[in-house]
Amino acid sequence: MKFNTILTIILLAACTSLSMAQDRYLTRSGSVKFFSTAPLEDIEAHTNKALSIIDIKKGEVAVDILIKSFEFEKKLMQEHFNENYMESDKYSKATFKGNYGSNENIANMVDGTYDVVAKGDLTIHGVKKAIETPVTITVSGGKLSANMVFMANVKEFGIKIPKVVVRNIAEEVEVTASFEYEPYK
Amino acid sequence: MNRILIIAFLLSTGFGLKAQDDLLDLLNNEQTEETTFATSTFKGARLINGHTVVTRKKSELEFVISHRFGRINSGIDDFFGLDNSSARFSLEYGISDNLTFGIGRNSFEKVYDGFLKYRIFRQSEGVKNMPVTITGFTSMAIRTLDNPNFTDDDFSSKVSYTHQVLVARKISPGVSLQVVPTYVHRNKVLDNQENDIFALGFGGRFKLNKRVSLNVEYYSRLTSELADNIKDSIGFGVEIETGGHVFHITFTNSRSMVERGFITETTGDFSGGDIHFGFNISRVF
Repeated sequence: MKFNTILTIILLAACTSLSMAQDRYLTRSGSVKFFSTAPLEDIEAHTNKALSIIDIKKGEVAVDILIKSFEFEKKLMQEHFNENYMESDKYSKATFKGNYGSNENIANMVDGTYDVVAKGDLTIHGVKKAIETPVTITVSGGKLSANMVFMANVKEFGIKIPKVVVRNIAEEVEVTASFEYEPYK
Repeated sequence: MNRILIIAFLLSTGFGLKAQDDLLDLLNNEQTEETTFATSTFKGARLINGHTVVTRKKSELEFVISHRFGRINSGIDDFFGLDNSSARFSLEYGISDNLTFGIGRNSFEKVYDGFLKYRIFRQSEGVKNMPVTITGFTSMAIRTLDNPNFTDDDFSSKVSYTHQVLVARKISPGVSLQVVPTYVHRNKVLDNQENDIFALGFGGRFKLNKRVSLNVEYYSRLTSELADNIKDSIGFGVEIETGGHVFHITFTNSRSMVERGFITETTGDFSGGDIHFGFNISRVF
């Protein structure tokens, strides 16, 4: 009798922990790309090492990217990006933390494509700024993915572009992110 | 029974606490440690006269134009040295990210030189920890202007070799230091000079702001010679970097821009005002 009670309780505890784990989905290989176009030069960089986690019950999402993981076609550009603009020795990460409200279908992993709006704080170059961006979340066969495109203004994050290169570097940068989540254990 | 309930309660609250973790903190813990390499230890492949640990990236071609004017203390007759200018042009190409090949020509003594530079270790932190960047440098220089002091000045006597091990560390985002054990071999020298010269170079880059830095360089000769007119090479410079260009304004007591020349044959006395004003411009394609 006593044994059965213990067993039941342990099983129950295990079950609750299991169900909690399934609320959260994680990716370690999120793809983030940014692109800017200026009269003289297009600048493009990409990383596929972005970390992101999503809590489908609470409708919360977080993203964590190492600035040094961005790769440019021109290595010199990459060096300037880290050294002169992002100061990645000092500000090693870009992060986002926010929520997209509650969505029953996503929370219950019902197959489909859902357009939601994510609101939260984007931190780049040590400057935190509230943003709002549409996000497309797709649930398919127990898998979860998120895609978004938004514009960021580098000036708003305290990144100065000197006059001499103003024709090479645009102030508006288009950021495209794509995350394929796996259940987080 | 109570005990069991307490345990179960503890268990469930334990999991509950875990679930309440901040998502960003959670990601922070998930971030796997990677190797981060020190970037921009130096901006250019040259500090003042000598090389830095920097190699060109694969397929990058760098064109370097360097000028040294005459001595500032030569007075108004020579317009403080500006009448006498010598130039060195060089092309430096990245065969791989770690291997650079370069050729150059210095109008002073009409010297042609070729070099190979290989980055052996890169300063890094994280999974792979390496405190310094180490680059090997080897060059051969051929003087084509006859030396009037040599009676028999054949081809082989015009050749010299320089081998260096450049060791640098980016100490902080604003300060990089470099030490350069150097060996120079000259095939032919005057009676009071040595064929083989060992020297130790010291250099530093101190960032004044994001794009401007102060560079210093000093080569101390370790081999003593009878010739007493030779001095250690000293240089100061301001480095300005804009996009693909690196621009140096330099003050040095050396006239030559080839290793053999400035390390072993500098005759200027810096404190006596034998200072050559000059500049280096580099463009990466």
